[in-house]
Amino acid sequence: MRGDRVLLSHGSGSKASHELVAELFLPAFSNPYLDQLNDQAVLEADGLRLAYTTDSYVVDPIFFPGGDIGKLAVCGTVNDLAMSGATPLYLSAGFIIEEGFPIDKLRTVIGSMKQAAEEANVKIVAGDTKVVGKGNADELFINTSGIGIISKDIDISGSGAKAGDKVIISGSIGDHGIAVLSRREGLEFDVPIVSDCAPLNALVADMLSVTRNIHCLRDPTRGGLATILNELASQSNAGILIEETKIPVKDAIKGACELLGYDPLYVANEGKLVAIVPAEDASQVLAKMRENKYGRDAEIIGEVIAEPRRVLLKTAIGGTRIVDMLAGELLPRIC
Amino acid sequence: MKYLDEYRDPELAKKLIASIKATSRREVRLTEVCGTHTVAIFRSGIRGMLPENISLLSGPGCPVCVTPNEDIDTAIAIARQEDTILATFGDMIKVPGSRSSLEIERAEGADIRVVYSSLDALEIARQNPRKKVMLFGIGFETTSPTIASAVLSAESENMDNFFVLVSHKLIPPAMKALLDAEDVRIDGFLCPGHVSAIIGSRPYEFIPEDYGVPCVIVGFEPLDILHSILMAIRQLESGNARVEIGYRRAVRPEGNITALKILEQVFEICDAPWRGLGLIPRSGLRFRKEYGRFDARSAFGVDVSASSEPEGCLCGEILRGAKMPPDCQFYGEACTPDNPIGPCMVSSEGTCAAYFRYGGFV
Repeated sequence: MRGDRVLLSHGSGSKASHELVAELFLPAFSNPYLDQLNDQAVLEADGLRLAYTTDSYVVDPIFFPGGDIGKLAVCGTVNDLAMSGATPLYLSAGFIIEEGFPIDKLRTVIGSMKQAAEEANVKIVAGDTKVVGKGNADELFINTSGIGIISKDIDISGSGAKAGDKVIISGSIGDHGIAVLSRREGLEFDVPIVSDCAPLNALVADMLSVTRNIHCLRDPTRGGLATILNELASQSNAGILIEETKIPVKDAIKGACELLGYDPLYVANEGKLVAIVPAEDASQVLAKMRENKYGRDAEIIGEVIAEPRRVLLKTAIGGTRIVDMLAGELLPRIC
Repeated sequence: MKYLDEYRDPELAKKLIASIKATSRREVRLTEVCGTHTVAIFRSGIRGMLPENISLLSGPGCPVCVTPNEDIDTAIAIARQEDTILATFGDMIKVPGSRSSLEIERAEGADIRVVYSSLDALEIARQNPRKKVMLFGIGFETTSPTIASAVLSAESENMDNFFVLVSHKLIPPAMKALLDAEDVRIDGFLCPGHVSAIIGSRPYEFIPEDYGVPCVIVGFEPLDILHSILMAIRQLESGNARVEIGYRRAVRPEGNITALKILEQVFEICDAPWRGLGLIPRSGLRFRKEYGRFDARSAFGVDVSASSEPEGCLCGEILRGAKMPPDCQFYGEACTPDNPIGPCMVSSEGTCAAYFRYGGFV
């Protein structure tokens, strides 16, 4: 790792973040659970299989179209648990608050957390509050951790994809990232762009009611669809071929991305999942997903291939290109 | 999506590819001047669809890539000064200068802010009247008029805390420098659509006239690009080189006269150093005397005489199209978008970054 300071790109979910984890955290904390590098650790305790995860939320601005930092803090952790096939049960919540932060806003954020926890059917059972001096934090940061239970007949991991499997996305991509960005930059569009922030555990439960045979599940948050497809391909020692025209992207998001110079494949989502399932189960899983409000626009976007072990995209005009992981920060167009 | 899907139609793309194959007989090397084209060509997978006798070279049209280290070092030196805010377009943040980068300076406490337009920088200056705000003015004829316009606004508001570090460059002189270089053969130019929307088609006319090389002004959608390649191939096969506009919905022969007037009012043409291409006569902009008080170079008076370029980095050759990214010893190993050595790997529109992200299986 180069340099002697932490840079913003170390926190962007990109290769630099992976490097920081691999070179600093893993050597210090290494153990069989952590070393799997999944979004959640799967633990065995007294005959139970538990999923355990944590995440910190520092979104700016804390209120954005379609949600706020509180909703995000609950949904994000619930989703990280759900992606292992777990039923999320209990969360903790830690608040770091900047001196002078309005109580009214805090009340609103807590209200969103309550609502999201109710929808996800989880309880917030432990908490902590710290206040730091003005200027020592930006308004409000929240950390949540969560625990859930995984049924014994479920085996979902990032390494389970097999050649021939179908790749399903639960809906249109890019909504969250563009909603937050447009609020932050004060950009307004003709069609309001709203974050997709939502708890996905009920959707996962629906999918598992069709078949236990789901190979991979992951939510394409930071780094977007492109980055998590690369993670899945690399963990599974396989390639993935997706078709540009099959990937759902709302017109408003397409337009905003064209304007700002972003590629929707790399823009963050907070209420979407990618599932890799055996071809024979794909259409049934897809149909079941479309019955759920968070999977209504689900599509099969491609399939797992044996070679090459890369993520490839068949473009709208019929060409083929590589889709790499997010590298560096997402940067605006300059000319 | 309206006005987008029409330009990405797979059936029309097939027809254009078939026409290109039917028309093209000899081996040709076309240079796409603009970095946005490089990315668009990769993103849509066009290279792999063209017949083998047509190769596309990437040119110097990435503003970040051609900004010499001296200018980056100057920006860094200014950013380090007390009570100063440096406003920059995002891609500049990560470019390594001789010893540091704006990203590292920001982590060490310098007030460096990413802006989307010159007007954002102006707004920062209005809101921080006790601080000096310097905008790092990079880019070609597409961005320079917006910078000139911000300077005019600052003047009309009598602002005394807004400055620009002018590193603006002009495209046609760089194309001439490429044609004059002995190590690169160029059979045709795919000219930048956005730059041409400002300058029009006339500034390219010396290219077919003096060098016999066809020029087509190209839009940015896949069908725009394929259609313009076909236009260039037709010119080459018929032996009738001229400047054609393949992007009529945005470009007029005379350009954008309002923008050109503003540009002319604030800036004058000067010789300018380009990374990789060296000093090119009459290829840059500087403040006219009347606007000299906005010039960051004189206002801050920093000295960066010891600037150096990264040793062994091939960005210069790559910007000329003389070498391809994989020819560089650093490419993909020591130099990646996360740990870039040269600017072509930093900018989202840099040739190396485009190869790294999209290249390979075409």
